[in-house]
Amino acid sequence: MRPLDENETTVVFEKIFKFVGNNLKNIVENPSHEGPESDPGRYCFRLQKNRVYYASESLPGLPRDLHREVHPRGSFHLTIMSLNLLAANAKHKVWLKPTSEMSFLYGNHVLKGGLGRITDSIVPGDGVVVFSMSDVPLGFGIAAKSTQDCRKLDPNGIVVLHQADIESI
Amino acid sequence: MPALTRNKKKGAKSQTPPLIKRTKSNPTPPPKKAAKSHKPPLKKQRKGVSDEKPEVSNDEEEEEEEVSEQSDEGDELGSDFFSDGDEEEDTEPLGDDFLDGNDDEERTLGSDSDSDLEKESKAIDEERERQERDAKDELQMNIKEQPDEFRLPTKKELEEEASGPPDLPALQTRIKEIVRVLSNFKDLRPEGVKRKEFVEQLKADLASYYGYNEFLIGTLVEMFPPVELMELIEAFEKQRPTSIRTNTLKTRRRDLADVLLNRGVNLDPLSKWSKVGLVVYDSQVPIGATPEYLAGFYMLQSASSFLPVMALAPRENERVVDMAAAPGGKTTYVASLMKNTGIIYANEMKVPRLKSLTANLHRMGVTNTIVCNYDGRELPKVFGPNSVDRVLLDAPCSGTGVISKDESVKTSKSANDIRKFADLQKQLILAAIDLVDAESKTGGYIVYSTCSIMIPENEAVIDYALKKRDVKLVPCGLDFGQAGFSRFREHRFHPTLEKTRRFYPHVHNMDGFFVAKLKKMSNETKASEGDEPVETKEQAQLSSDEDDDDESIKELKKPSGANVDMNKQRISISKANNKGKKNKNFKTENANVEGPRKQKKKRSQWKAEIAQAREDKRKVMRENTKEPGRR
Repeated sequence: MRPLDENETTVVFEKIFKFVGNNLKNIVENPSHEGPESDPGRYCFRLQKNRVYYASESLPGLPRDLHREVHPRGSFHLTIMSLNLLAANAKHKVWLKPTSEMSFLYGNHVLKGGLGRITDSIVPGDGVVVFSMSDVPLGFGIAAKSTQDCRKLDPNGIVVLHQADIESI
Repeated sequence: MPALTRNKKKGAKSQTPPLIKRTKSNPTPPPKKAAKSHKPPLKKQRKGVSDEKPEVSNDEEEEEEEVSEQSDEGDELGSDFFSDGDEEEDTEPLGDDFLDGNDDEERTLGSDSDSDLEKESKAIDEERERQERDAKDELQMNIKEQPDEFRLPTKKELEEEASGPPDLPALQTRIKEIVRVLSNFKDLRPEGVKRKEFVEQLKADLASYYGYNEFLIGTLVEMFPPVELMELIEAFEKQRPTSIRTNTLKTRRRDLADVLLNRGVNLDPLSKWSKVGLVVYDSQVPIGATPEYLAGFYMLQSASSFLPVMALAPRENERVVDMAAAPGGKTTYVASLMKNTGIIYANEMKVPRLKSLTANLHRMGVTNTIVCNYDGRELPKVFGPNSVDRVLLDAPCSGTGVISKDESVKTSKSANDIRKFADLQKQLILAAIDLVDAESKTGGYIVYSTCSIMIPENEAVIDYALKKRDVKLVPCGLDFGQAGFSRFREHRFHPTLEKTRRFYPHVHNMDGFFVAKLKKMSNETKASEGDEPVETKEQAQLSSDEDDDDESIKELKKPSGANVDMNKQRISISKANNKGKKNKNFKTENANVEGPRKQKKKRSQWKAEIAQAREDKRKVMRENTKEPGRR
């Protein structure tokens, strides 16, 4: 297990930035509350077996923490394990109506008809975290349309492209 | 005629509505009383007779009009009153006439047609008395047909039974009868039959009716009295209620209950001893597939699995090891109690189970856990001895407490399996104890639990640990369980064993479970100067059976020198306080003999030792046989 090198770090940060925006700072510098010692160590990114882990510095051994996956070709995918972290810091959120929760969990994209609420100023291609109406994070995806366009869409238009949801663990 | 009677009945109904409720709760008396219902309306008019009967029978007639026809048909056992329906039909016409007459006029006794009335009423009274007598006689006869004295089937009958498929209802009646006799053997036993024969027959019947193998049913019969045994076995046939545990890292029990109720799940708080448990009665959606489950708000977990974690009571910022963690129910509970602080090491030996463990940890949002894949016995070497604050050991076991979940346990477990499990558990518990730091500021506790009700896997293992390490039993904090055994048949365990807790399905409506909490007093092991002798000693102990003699002889054979002697001496001294142990006399004697010997041993000297040991053993056996007599 080793720390990330330059390229990897940029790739990772970029991806996270899509979802989290300026809150990236929060993630990187979040004081860790884990570990038996009372002084917080920082969280850091570590690489093992093509997977990037986000773990507390003070944890020795194998951190079983939220992780993301590095594709062999070098691109970087966020796995569902990272949902907790993303959800806390997400800039763009989408809330689903109860009726379309299950549909999203089965892997379908989010249609306009299932949209409950949506944050403003979404640009197509942004990372979006999907919630249920009770603020339970369900997964994440990529925005297909901007917020303005969504309003004009017909009910069957795709709003969010499904990337990962909590049923896939 | 019949039509008129019906009308009358309905009339009576309007008079006595509240009484209807009473009879509805007593289904058996009505069938008989309905038949006799025709009489009482008569009596009402006559004012002479008891008020109680008319009212009661009025209810029945209203209630069970159909049943009266049934009762007219046949004899039924266990009837309180009339069993013969025919005669009542005879009286019906009488009753009708009489009633009609009364309806029309207001009659009082003492009018002209009195004498006729009186005669008639006397006749009716006599009829009734006769019927009562007949009924009683018949009752007696019926009871005699089912003899009070139960006799065991003869060999011939047994052979007949064995040749065909088992006759289940007959088996069931026989089982019930034997249990009845055994529960009051003094009074109910037939002449000259020993208790043992009854017990053997019961074992055979239970085994074939419920599908147990001989070994398991034999152990259960030894552990429980007959009536409780039946309750236990019946409880094993049914499922325990599904329960879930709220994940306090993500939500509160109240909120979760609200959300699930909205989804159409019928649930209740589990019980007063748990603040996070919920019991699910039924649900419109599959309880393991709701978005809340997927988001990690709760975990499907049986109530008994809450117990060892509650006993462990981990605090924040501690280091905890869970030695057999998969699939992770208890580990996630520990994490939520620690509020994601500190470190948990979740160890699991089997690789396929690791996946479910990690999945659960991720799902529940546990971030303070490190998963590792070692054999539990190696953990002290991996982590270093005396390094953690608490250890939870939910040991692999025979699973005899969870027969309701897995019926194959009934037939697949033998005495050998239990012994193997017991050996493994003994090694694991020693490893667990070695992991813990006795000097830990907040901890120093080990919790040992199994989902089995067998004594060799529970009390015997704890007793072993008490002998081998400097630990002591402390109260688990679970007041509502049954205390563990400190003596059972020929076994004698340390008296503090009653601080352990046993849970049974027929008493607590949970899976069978055993929980024990140990506190480590010091980091020394009782029996060693160095590591090696302890290991060899342990191996000697572990590889042998309960047979003490074998153990001692094997110890003698180990080429270890002074250490072994000193070990034995120490053990014998520490054991000297235990009473009633077969071990005691033999070992003390042996140690006393061996103590003063030279340190270096040659083979010839070993042989002499062995011969000596045998002599001592014989002496001790003689003394032992005397002792019970003395007592």
